[in-house]
This record gives sequence, C-alpha cells and structure tokens, in this order.
Amino acid sequence: MRSAPIVAVLLLRATPLVAQSDLPPAPYADTQIADPAKEAEAKALMETLRCLVCQGQSIADSDADMAGDMRALVRSRIAAGESADEVRAWLVERYGEWVSYEPPVSPLTWPLWAAPLALVILGLFLARGRFKRRRR
Amino acid sequence: MRRLILWLPLAIFVGFILVVAFGLQRPPQATLQSRLIGKPVPDFALPAAVTGREGLASADLKGRGPRLVNIFASWCVPCIAEAPYLMQMKARGIPIDAIAVRDKPEDIARFLGQHGDPFQRIGADRDSRVQLALGSAGVPETFIVDDQGIIRYHHIGGIGPAQVEELVHAYEAAK
Repeated sequence: MRSAPIVAVLLLRATPLVAQSDLPPAPYADTQIADPAKEAEAKALMETLRCLVCQGQSIADSDADMAGDMRALVRSRIAAGESADEVRAWLVERYGEWVSYEPPVSPLTWPLWAAPLALVILGLFLARGRFKRRRR
Repeated sequence: MRRLILWLPLAIFVGFILVVAFGLQRPPQATLQSRLIGKPVPDFALPAAVTGREGLASADLKGRGPRLVNIFASWCVPCIAEAPYLMQMKARGIPIDAIAVRDKPEDIARFLGQHGDPFQRIGADRDSRVQLALGSAGVPETFIVDDQGIIRYHHIGGIGPAQVEELVHAYEAAK
C-alpha cells in the first residue's frame, strides 16, 4: 500500500508510446453492423487480425486509433458483402501473413499443424506399451 | 539407453524454456515493410487536407514523373523532426505529395505554417483508409512512386540526413 503514491506518480508521468490524433473514431470503429450475422463474422475476423501499431494485440482488443480504423475497415467491407477471407487476404497482400493471427498451412508452417497430431500418435504408442505390460 | 530416455522429457522441456526465454528477449518486429513495392498504387481519391489546396488521388501519381508521397500528421512528433529534411529535398527539386492521416484542416495548416510546407498536393485520410490500402502502418512514412504509378520504395519512420541521401538515390533510380 505504501507504494501506491509512487505508482500514482509514475502513472501520471507515463506518456503514450504512440501519439494519437484527436479526431473522433471512424463510424464503424466502435459501432456494430446492423445485421447480427455480419457483425458476428466481422467480430470473429477482428479477433484474428493483428493491430499494426500495438503488435501484441488483436484489433478487437486494442484502443489505438489505427486499430479503430482497421475495425472500421473490416466492418465496412463485411457490411458491403465481402467475406472474412477476402478481407483477410486484402490485408495479407499489404502487410504479409504477419497481420493475421491465423497461420495458414504452408511449407513453412506445416510442422506447426503436424506437431500436435504427431505427439498424440506418439502418446498413444507409449500408452499402448504400458497397458500391455500391465496385463502381463 | 533407458536412462537416457528417462531424461529426454526434461531435456525437451529445458530446450523449450530456452527457446521461449530467448524469444521473449528479442525486440518485437520494429518496422513493417509494405508488400506493395513493385505493384501499382491502389486506387484512391482523397479530398484536400487544407482549404485552397488540391487533394491527392492515385491518378495524380501517374504520368507526372517519379514523386515522393509523405504520410504525416500534425499530431505526429517525428513528423516535426523530419520537416526540415523534406524541405531540403524540395529545394533539390524533388516533387513531394502528402497524405495527412486522421487530421483537421486547421491543425494541418498550423503544422505547415510552423514547420514548412514542402508539399504539392495534400490529401486528407481521415479514417486511415488509404494508409491501410498502401500497406503503411504509421506516421511518418514515405513512399516513392514512379511515372507509371508503381510503388518503388517505402521508407518507414522519420527522415534524417542519412535518409535524405537514401531517398534521393531511390528517387533517381525510379526515373
């Protein structure tokens, strides 16, 4: 508790790493699409897109201006009838796979997908050995 | 042999911890190069960012020789630092257009009044839509677009003396 004033002072001194504009957020940044199905699709997509300026957060989680603009972009494209995959592809075309939290199966990433399967098979194999021994 | 196998899970675990520990210490990816280099500028048309000036459209970047497109904002501190170097490039005869991100006309006018105005056309990108279309992830950034409207170069971050030479070199190469 004694550290509370110190923390308060530190918080006062803290300045945001990235300067933000004082324009209001874009219309679709924090407003849902009227059609619930489309909003659900947009929301699911936003949770798997990386915020470009915060890097460790999805655009659904981030308060950065740019994340708001990216949400607006996603919602307006989905509302206009594009599919989530098309919007993701549009962003990947510009920023690379890095912008997406959903790794595709590619020569580089297939071990990632294969590893769990291989481990389960290995586990079954080991378990089989143990059960056999016990029965004996 | 059996004893070695007993130790294997621990060895794998320690290996995993080491990979994670080193991975966490590595700084995050600092810059994000646009993948559109070598590709045409996406279609866009931005209204004027300052009253009495022309806005910027993708059509303006075609057939007028290579040019710089500076992405900036009046609320962006590094943009103040790079302003004199943009003025230097203007003095060297390099045409520079600009895109002002999430900004107000009066703020942009004040910024240009205080820090110099090296720009020909300035488009207002109020919701970062064109910035995202270009594959840019922040301010300031600078693109070089050639006469055919193809993106040839992408510089991320502010411009200092060293970057002036890099950009002039890339500009000459885009001719």
